[in-house]
Amino acid sequence: MSDRSLRGKVAVVGVGETTYWRHGKSPHPEFKLALMAILAAAEDAGLDPRRIDGFASYSNDRNDPSRLAAALGLPALRFSNMNWGGGGGGGSAAVGNAAAAVACGMADCVVVFRALAQGQFQRFGAAPPGGTASGEPAFNAPYGVMSPAQRYAMRAMRFLHENKIAPSAQRAIALASYHHAQANPRAVMHGRPLTAEAYDESRWIVEPWRLFDCCQENDGAAALIIVPAEQAKDFRHKPAYLLGSAQGSEHRNGARVHNAPLYATSSFTTVAPQLYGMAQVEPSDVDVVQSYENFTGGVLMSLVEHGFFKAEEANDFLEPENLMAPKGRLPLNTSGGNLAECYMHGLELQIEAVRQVRGQSTSQVKDADVSMVISGPMVTPVSSMILGSEATL
Amino acid sequence: MSYLPNGLPSPVPENDGVDKPYWDGARRGELMVQRCSKCGTFRWGPEWICHKCLSFDFDWQKVSGKGRIYSWERPWHPVHPALKGHGPYVVVLVELPDAGNVRMLGNLLGDPRQEVRIGAEVQAVFEPHDDAQPPFTLVQWKTV
Ligand SMILES: [Zn+2]
Repeated sequence: MSDRSLRGKVAVVGVGETTYWRHGKSPHPEFKLALMAILAAAEDAGLDPRRIDGFASYSNDRNDPSRLAAALGLPALRFSNMNWGGGGGGGSAAVGNAAAAVACGMADCVVVFRALAQGQFQRFGAAPPGGTASGEPAFNAPYGVMSPAQRYAMRAMRFLHENKIAPSAQRAIALASYHHAQANPRAVMHGRPLTAEAYDESRWIVEPWRLFDCCQENDGAAALIIVPAEQAKDFRHKPAYLLGSAQGSEHRNGARVHNAPLYATSSFTTVAPQLYGMAQVEPSDVDVVQSYENFTGGVLMSLVEHGFFKAEEANDFLEPENLMAPKGRLPLNTSGGNLAECYMHGLELQIEAVRQVRGQSTSQVKDADVSMVISGPMVTPVSSMILGSEATL
Repeated sequence: MSYLPNGLPSPVPENDGVDKPYWDGARRGELMVQRCSKCGTFRWGPEWICHKCLSFDFDWQKVSGKGRIYSWERPWHPVHPALKGHGPYVVVLVELPDAGNVRMLGNLLGDPRQEVRIGAEVQAVFEPHDDAQPPFTLVQWKTV
């Protein structure tokens, strides 16, 4: 392994989020949501927002850093970064990019943010109007393949087929998220528990995925603040140190029209080993995992690719009680995640991972020293990251 | 009679023309696949360079249209106005053993609620949309 590493170089010292709304229900414009989350993160850290000198985001966030810096009256903007790629694949990558900038001295205080008011723009789960399709969509849209669920269901279907995965495995992932949301008053699905029966009776969105296999669409914003590790203790809360960050995808994952050679993956087969290598931990060291649920099948594959169990063990491992905090073998999506807390394009998962390290989760895992986030399975690039308490340094 | 209702987006070649011979071939009832002129590697979707040998030289091969279902899905929830009230339909991802196992997408003709088997043999069929503006032809699949 290279001795060039981000391990222990930076820490997350502030997290902030707006109220989470169902899509279209935000009373605020998207740009204002971004500002609200950033100020909330500064307040959480106990940090003067004028110390912010950089921004990192992903998935073509519409709220550009220069406008943010001007609006916030920042003395200087030193870092502005967008991770390429759609979906939530860039969530952990944005943290890694911000961390790299801070670690090498390009900036001192970088905000990672994502703001989304789908009611004010095109929704992800609805096809845009328009008469023609060219490029990749020309080979998909005329066949009725337009939404993300339709785009990725065939990858999961192939994986489920190759590994004889039972429907109960995907169901367990949905049940765990809804279970954790019942303890989390911020969660959009708080007070709306999900039973196995209700899951089984829910309508198909696209086989092999039912309604409860698919993420919500929401309005809101989330932000994290990253500073050098040597300053991490100057702030209000216990720091969450970045142990590792990795992004990308395996050989020719992006081959067009569904021609990735390893089609039945969530794109992490080369990323996960890189992550563990930098963080210097093993899967068995990980205390709690937040794994981006665009669709439950993607979570399933990404847990396999991160080494928590083998594909042939999935039916046994993926029982709801194994995924539930505090006692489960692998507590998963402890805030309710994209399915049941909020689809803040996954960045609410980074915040929950920080809360676990701090000991502030509503479904707290005891001594959560090693806290992982997996971002955006099945898209490319994907990314994942590991946070650690001071004890892990 | 098309498999899906009219009103879905019409495919048009990309601005840079990389896929135009495919769409022109489909209009003629021929299934065309890109192949590297130097090392013979088939590739799909259309691209400007061979990922195997990095040659920019390629030609278009007419292939038999014999295929095998590699994966599939059955959408139920309509995400486009043209599909509202239509009900489920089947999409298959088909590998072409005669063309280096490149994969192509299409609908599986027949009963939309049929059982679909990964590995089943299929054959390309052509579905012209002569009245569309501009006209186009889709490659669809039927079990053999
Ligand atoms: Zn070649």
